[in-house]
Amino acid sequence: MKHLLSTEDLSLSDAIRILDTAEEMSAVGEREVKKLPALRGRTVVNLFFEDSTRTRISFEAAAKRLSADVINFAAKGSSVSKGESLKDTAQTLSAMGADAVVIRHWASGAPYRLAATDWIDAAVINAGDGTHEHPTQALLDAFTMRRHWARLSGTGSEGTDLKSMRVAIAGDVLHSRVARSNVWLLRTLGAEVTLVAPPTLLPVGVDKWPCSVSYNLDETLLNGVDAVMMLRVQGERMNASFFPSTREYSRRWGFDDNRLRALDDLGMTDTIIMHPGPMNRGLEISAAAADSPRSTVLAQVRNGVSVRMAALYLLLSGDTRETAIHRAPAFAAAQSSKESN
Amino acid sequence: MAANTGTYLIQGAAILGGDPADLLIRDGIIAEIGTGLSAEGQDGHATVIDAAGLVALPGMVDVHTHLREPGREDAETVETGTRAAALGGYTAVHAMANSTPVADTAGVVEQVYTLGQAAGWVDVRPVGAVTVGLAGEQLAELGAMADSRARVRIFSDDGICVHDPVLMRRALEYVKAFDGVVAQHAQEPRLTAGAQMNEGDVSAVLGLTGWPAVAEESIIARDVLLAQHVGSRLHVCHVSTAGSVEIIRWAKERGIDVTAEVTPHHLLLTDDLVRSYDPVFKVNPPLRTDADVQALRAGLADGTIDVVGTDHAPHPSEHKECEWAQAAMGMTGLETALSVVQHAMIDTGLMTWADFARVTSTTAARIGRLTDQGRPIEAGEPANLILVDPAARWTVDPSRMATMGRNSPFKGRELPGKVVATFFRGHPTVLDGALNTPHPDAAATPAGAA
Repeated sequence: MKHLLSTEDLSLSDAIRILDTAEEMSAVGEREVKKLPALRGRTVVNLFFEDSTRTRISFEAAAKRLSADVINFAAKGSSVSKGESLKDTAQTLSAMGADAVVIRHWASGAPYRLAATDWIDAAVINAGDGTHEHPTQALLDAFTMRRHWARLSGTGSEGTDLKSMRVAIAGDVLHSRVARSNVWLLRTLGAEVTLVAPPTLLPVGVDKWPCSVSYNLDETLLNGVDAVMMLRVQGERMNASFFPSTREYSRRWGFDDNRLRALDDLGMTDTIIMHPGPMNRGLEISAAAADSPRSTVLAQVRNGVSVRMAALYLLLSGDTRETAIHRAPAFAAAQSSKESN
Repeated sequence: MAANTGTYLIQGAAILGGDPADLLIRDGIIAEIGTGLSAEGQDGHATVIDAAGLVALPGMVDVHTHLREPGREDAETVETGTRAAALGGYTAVHAMANSTPVADTAGVVEQVYTLGQAAGWVDVRPVGAVTVGLAGEQLAELGAMADSRARVRIFSDDGICVHDPVLMRRALEYVKAFDGVVAQHAQEPRLTAGAQMNEGDVSAVLGLTGWPAVAEESIIARDVLLAQHVGSRLHVCHVSTAGSVEIIRWAKERGIDVTAEVTPHHLLLTDDLVRSYDPVFKVNPPLRTDADVQALRAGLADGTIDVVGTDHAPHPSEHKECEWAQAAMGMTGLETALSVVQHAMIDTGLMTWADFARVTSTTAARIGRLTDQGRPIEAGEPANLILVDPAARWTVDPSRMATMGRNSPFKGRELPGKVVATFFRGHPTVLDGALNTPHPDAAATPAGAA
């Protein structure tokens, strides 16, 4: 693996390797000193063309726990907003010696451009591109599900997959990079995915995806489900005729209190409720559901750091990248005085 | 008639792919066709061109070229674009109206026309805008452009659809007064807001906003019915979907006066290429599916689609070296059209070289009402013709092209067929596959004068 761009082309063995490495990283997070020297002297750039404080600080925490130097480059308010191109930005970062670029971009495919061109020779991690993919989100979701699934079967998580776990993903699939990345990764890990959405918020061509599609959340719950993932409804969809009103959306496709009770009534005691955040409480998820013991929302955030540590570690310290060997000692010495800051 | 274009004896060329014959070109016309013609005539020695193994075809006529001048001379000029045209086997191109300023007045179309004459590589026939500033609100002075020295016959807001049905109806009616035609860029704007690629299986995976086939087909359906209702002539630019082919076939069966064009790239490339997110594959209308490609080929072969138009659209590199969503739409095409059409249509057995002449020259000239282009290869006809080596193979290298645009989607592909020579009104603008010289007195000869 040189880059982490999508889950569509992520093999089962790479996926398991990332998840297993994330388990090891998670153990570091439990220690008093939450820091490993693995990426000393390596530079990780968080290149954000779109605001996302949550994802950015998650990657920042991950890189810092691995002792990497972190540069945060928010494209808004920088030279990019003055018309500097992605190419020039990439070449600038390259000249500064970036070893990895974590890129969040509003345009689908922007991380592919960084990886495919000769603008920069750094590991590229897709931190969400347009309505395409958000692979580390799907990996942290899978990590969360895998722990749950393994605990139910009384085993450890390491090396396991999600075979026959029933996962419902509900909401705006059309515009969701989280849904896309989850569909591919969950397929690879053996889970059975059902997408639940109004027909207007499903892409033309969804029938070719490796999952089922339903327009009815209640029916999907009734059929049995082990995890329900609610997707955020973006504000700009609300006035574009994708659905008549937020109240109708909430009634038909929101995870409300009635549906929370339905899980209890149906005896699905082990079904978890997931949300990638930030949540619209009262729209796609009720406050009671978000705060219930079934909710994994905060565990997802916690696991996000572990998964991102694993991704950075595997991309930057793997012996396939010779820069990892040659650059590390010199930079480590030069940087040691700054590390205490 | 040009007097100083020299005398050329083309020996053993297969005319329209048929039996080999010699052609004597003198004073801008095909003076003689036969076998064993002599290079030593009464007015001196003819330059002999050995055309054994080469196919002689009428000079190609492009109904759809973007020359970018005036306004975007960093992308292309009339000079560079027409050099590319000559190299690609063209002797006439129609320059689209979306320049800056827009070609919506007699002044601008005459400027483009004059630039073309001065360049001397091909006939440049300006296309006039249908509406002022391509804004879709008010008819441009179509009559003034028709009456100008540029003698505009094709009118188009290409790049933008004339989507207001009343305005489209009026335009269709009005151009009847001077035998004009409205060339429609069929794209329903509301259905394609923010569209980035064909809407289908690939766009679903890539998360790029879809450009649905129905946005093209619904406009074509409306326009053929309008053309029927008012008894006008309609041309449909760059048809890209299987459904559009069916609608046009239906319209022709009903006797509606519609012609249609397909680009070389839509005859060969599919939206699978977008998986690379490389904007060199970004074009409008977008690359479609393989089923669409097959339907377009069948439609071109059976005459439902009348012509090949390149939609040659050069862009500066910075407009393609960026994110997909930021990139400009368009591909270069003049220097690859012949090869792509040979590959997609002739080498597949769908068409003959005579069919090729029909779709790249004869019918294209008729649509644009060009009187001395797209003529039969016969004695006494204007010597607008090309010699093609169908056995040649070459690898596309955009950096070696005459166009300023480096945005060829065929980069790195090996393609068949090479233009060996282009004769423009009796003068070789291209010889041995390389640019020769422009027509020596092109500026003095009114294009279109037979």
